[in-house]
Amino acid sequence: MDLNYSEEELAFRDEVRAFLDEKLPKEISEKVRRGEELTKGDMERWHAILNARGWLAPNWPVEYGGCAWNAVQKHIFDVESSYANAPRIIPFGLSMLAPVLMKFGSQAQKDHYLPRILDGTDWWCQGYSEPGAGSDLASLKTRAVRDGDHYIVNGQKTWTTLGQYADWIFCLVRTDPDVKQQEGISFLLIDMNTPGIEVRPIILLDGVHEVNEVFFDNVRVPVDNLVGEENKGWTYAKYLLTHERTNIAGVGSSQAGLDTVKRMARAEMQGGRPLIANPHFAARLASVEIDLKAMATTNLRVIAQTAAGGAPGLEASMLKVKGTILRQEINDLARRAAGPYAMPFPSEAVEGDNDPIGPDYAAKTAPQYFNNRKLSIFGGSNEIQRGIIAKVSLGGAK
Amino acid sequence: MNFDLTEERQMLRDTLRRYLSDKYTTKVRNDILDSDSGMSGAIWGELAELGVIGALFTEDEGGFGGQGFDISVVFEELGRAGVVEPFLDTGILGGRLISGLGGDSQKGMIEEIIAGTLHLAFAHTEPTSRYDLSRVETTVSDGKITGRKAVVVNAEAADCLIVSARESGSTDDLQGISLFLVDSDAPGLTLRGYPLLAGGRAAEVTLDNTPATRLGAAGAAFPTIEAAVAHAHVALSAEAFGAMTTATDLTREYLVTRQQFGRPIGTFQALQHRVADMLIELEQARSAVINAAGHLGAPARIRDLECAAARNLVGRVGRLVAEEAIQMHGGIAMTREYELAHIAKRIVMTDHRFGDTDYHLERFIDLSAAA
Repeated sequence: MDLNYSEEELAFRDEVRAFLDEKLPKEISEKVRRGEELTKGDMERWHAILNARGWLAPNWPVEYGGCAWNAVQKHIFDVESSYANAPRIIPFGLSMLAPVLMKFGSQAQKDHYLPRILDGTDWWCQGYSEPGAGSDLASLKTRAVRDGDHYIVNGQKTWTTLGQYADWIFCLVRTDPDVKQQEGISFLLIDMNTPGIEVRPIILLDGVHEVNEVFFDNVRVPVDNLVGEENKGWTYAKYLLTHERTNIAGVGSSQAGLDTVKRMARAEMQGGRPLIANPHFAARLASVEIDLKAMATTNLRVIAQTAAGGAPGLEASMLKVKGTILRQEINDLARRAAGPYAMPFPSEAVEGDNDPIGPDYAAKTAPQYFNNRKLSIFGGSNEIQRGIIAKVSLGGAK
Repeated sequence: MNFDLTEERQMLRDTLRRYLSDKYTTKVRNDILDSDSGMSGAIWGELAELGVIGALFTEDEGGFGGQGFDISVVFEELGRAGVVEPFLDTGILGGRLISGLGGDSQKGMIEEIIAGTLHLAFAHTEPTSRYDLSRVETTVSDGKITGRKAVVVNAEAADCLIVSARESGSTDDLQGISLFLVDSDAPGLTLRGYPLLAGGRAAEVTLDNTPATRLGAAGAAFPTIEAAVAHAHVALSAEAFGAMTTATDLTREYLVTRQQFGRPIGTFQALQHRVADMLIELEQARSAVINAAGHLGAPARIRDLECAAARNLVGRVGRLVAEEAIQMHGGIAMTREYELAHIAKRIVMTDHRFGDTDYHLERFIDLSAAA
């Protein structure tokens, strides 16, 4: 048992820090620090900077342009990036679709799509959820019917994150309605510029446009865009979901968030002393910090196990549940710390180039608290994760 | 012992509930949220006509209520419908301060408040005072006020601001605070307005040698401020409770209609137990509001203890209800178009007016110790 990083790992951490210090544009990290929305250009710019350094695809094998990091290195990169307020890497192409293509795609698909994901030519989005298929994803209804060398796709996807920017969407579609639900699903790649596709924005409760509805009306998709075999899409989807859950604990962003709360609580005065010296607030803060320290170690234990060749099983579900609860708790602390200045809902139009309304750390605390309610809903809701944990640990007890 | 509402209050409740469910639909309210003024003058006027504001004043003051339970009945209904119009600011805070400190001519304003023709805003909190009611740095000299006020709700619409300023003592003293009336067009008064996350608008207020008229005696306003804020605590608790009943109702409806895995999700025991917990806590919140409303006329220490208890409990339950309602709905509750999104914001953001859950826990501890 050794709780410390090795010399090599420390050297790697320093290399990451130096890189972030030099290459992460300040105007972008400031936006992330303040919880402001990033533009498509901001995200693409950071994507290109990482790609130039060869650090964009830690999960990819070297032959495809990945960086061959082990699990600990990936973790160090995640934590340091969060601390530096780097934007998150948009995962749809890089860490969701790419592993599926590498494992199940044709050679032609790999040769065509993977380099375009890496160099940013194609922006991908995910077509999984439907209005009637959320937690029960296998009940999805979007239909693809074979017509010569095309599929004709009809139906609707929803909660399509950043679909408004996407060039392509990978979709789960129903190709056989007459068999068991899971056995009639296929995995299709669809060009968003195909006639018959309409993207409609969904505005979330914090006023942000980050998700969309995507409608398909007789959309013609070449059969070459089928990944793997017809009706085997559910297998690929499950494979993808295991990748969606990497870094699900969000330790780095929780640590960065907790640091921000502490900074706020040192600045805010209540009853003649800083909020951080208030026993009630301090107790809340300490509880979260104690939980986070333990979860960071749980996360590292899982990482070490994965690095040694083991596959994360239930632990991924556990980290998802605990990790999202902690991140939401930290959002709640930030909201509290902001006091009355959590109430304003300022916008670019209101603030413009003027001073922020209240302290600059306050404005986005309540919107973030509400926006991050999504963490326990998406990527397999926490109820679904608890179901998985219970099902496995109780061994099929009925 | 009798927990029934009087017939008059039942009628008021029924009238309000009918009006708001007919007129204050999600669509109407969302259009109000998107509007420049952040409120509907027409709805304000109609609600005033229905007696919403009159119910907040005693007969002596020209109203027909004014007791804790009048306030809780009105604000529970406003909360149920997620009403964003500033009845708290004009009716409760403005009304209590004018009634408590105003001279005869100033009390004439109450008639206009009840008629719905006068808007007020309480400019008290300062940029560094958080929830501390006695922290006033704004100064007054020769009847002219200089200072800054933070997150003043309804400041832009107000015909008149009620501004606190310190005439004597040091920054946190209870003694030495006075209240002043400042006309909306007074020289040296600057507003920087903005929308609020849960609806309505507020402003950062700057006063620079702004002429003002004092309400009541010099330096003696604090007890009246505390009394007005106690009324606000009853109103806010009742409003949050009303919103919580809506959140719970929407969740129950959703659980029996939303199908996943071939059955309504309300048939899953994991969710059933969570709804049961929400309902148990909701009854606690209902009782906490009753406790506070029933002690609004009690001596200050008892009144404030009950108010702190209600705000703490309603704050805790409110967060539970808002978060659980969203979680059990899933993504749909995250969308601005869905009623629950707004209702959840109303519930949670109540925690940021006149003290959050922790502040009221501490206050309860202090007031208990003082017994």
